[in-house]
Amino acid sequence: MTAIARPPMRLVDQLETGLDAPICLTWELTYACNLACVHCLSSSGRRDPRELTTDECMAVIDELERMQVFYVNIGGGEPTVRRDFWELVDYAVEHHVGVKFSTNGSRITPLVAARIASTDYVDVQVSLDGATAAVNDRVRGPGSYATAIGAMENLAQAGFEGFKLSVVVTRENVSQLDAFKALADRFGAQLRLTRLRPSGRGADVWEWLHPTAAQQRELYEWLLAHGDTVLTGDSFFHLGGYGSALPGLNLCGAGRVVCLIDPIGDVYACPFVIHDEFHAGNVREPGGFARVWRESELFTELRRPQHAGACASCGLFDKCRGGCMAAKFFTGLPLAGPDPECVLGHGERLLAERGNSPIPKPSVDMSKRTPRPARTQPPPHPCDESPLAVLRSP
Amino acid sequence: MACAASTDPSGMLDRGWRVAPQVAVRPEPFGALVYHFGTRRLTFLKSRLLLDVVSALADHGTARDACRAAGVAEDEMPGYVTALATLAGSGMIVRRDGA
Repeated sequence: MTAIARPPMRLVDQLETGLDAPICLTWELTYACNLACVHCLSSSGRRDPRELTTDECMAVIDELERMQVFYVNIGGGEPTVRRDFWELVDYAVEHHVGVKFSTNGSRITPLVAARIASTDYVDVQVSLDGATAAVNDRVRGPGSYATAIGAMENLAQAGFEGFKLSVVVTRENVSQLDAFKALADRFGAQLRLTRLRPSGRGADVWEWLHPTAAQQRELYEWLLAHGDTVLTGDSFFHLGGYGSALPGLNLCGAGRVVCLIDPIGDVYACPFVIHDEFHAGNVREPGGFARVWRESELFTELRRPQHAGACASCGLFDKCRGGCMAAKFFTGLPLAGPDPECVLGHGERLLAERGNSPIPKPSVDMSKRTPRPARTQPPPHPCDESPLAVLRSP
Repeated sequence: MACAASTDPSGMLDRGWRVAPQVAVRPEPFGALVYHFGTRRLTFLKSRLLLDVVSALADHGTARDACRAAGVAEDEMPGYVTALATLAGSGMIVRRDGA
């Protein structure tokens, strides 16, 4: 993102007061998914029978067109499992709403790849959380690495340049950043790295999977070295405290420039806070999405100046802006205060002091009820910090 | 005009421009958002006056006329040349003659 001409007020301050419509809207079309990733931010698995119908989805698209929302980030669940998925994509494009959808790649056949490659208005990001099958499949499930690679081969073969390879940075894959970049380059794709949040099932594994302080520093240096050739969803602004700001918008956009529409039409402040406390309304209510965005009590409140709390006296606050609301909320930290991954270690200290006091749980859990299949993994080791060793124990 | 040459090295003020066909402009209280569907790049116009200039491009023979029509003062012109050059560089605005 670039900015032009000198403003009377810094852009980041203006954006924090909200926009007439979101810049970046995430729309999870379904909670149904053929995978069961251990860190799924939306606790997906099963379809919710109250899912928006095709007509209701089209009405939302009509509204987005009226609001001039340039594009939506469609996710899930696995959005392509919806029978009307392509119908909705076509409808959005016809109505001047661009689509970028996230997929595990299971349905990106050569035919689908050719279809996506034929238009500028559809972009795709393939999720992969390890540059090797061993690292990826421990988190995303057996065979998921091969599936994603196959999808990327099909996209490259179809001549789709610049699709996204989307990686959630974890303790286990942070050493593979160069390998991810090489993989993206091999397929003519663009690498996108995002932050692991303790959201959805991510809460169960965050403690074991989130990068260590030393790894965060390494990640920051790597991101600085690669500039805006690597996308981040602007999700690492909490690392700005290490020195220079990273490229992108360095602020929490929740309810100000971003929000989430979930499969049943509930609107949340961001994709990582599916919890009643951050529920702003529902697109099925009178006034639809536009009214929720413009008038909901929650979003109005989020657009007021926020208290820095314990961070107010910190010299780095202007850089990290207190970090990620979702990361704080789902680790049980106060919203006015440091991020759990605060570069000065204030978050870690608070987490230690918090002890075993209760942590808020997500309001939605559509995880499959059946036990997850056993995963191939190395034999347990006394020092093993793998989240799966923990999941396997009960 | 030696002065014009120094503030407008590319001579863009004396050419006709328009918003590129794949580009959408959304007014906002601070100015506008500009999005290119082909490159998927988002740019912020950080003033309403710049939005007025960009909106006026298609209706005027040259960028200079568009700036004047929008109410840009002569001494502010260099800043707008820079802004328009950046927009042209990223394909947000294109020459009307297709050159």
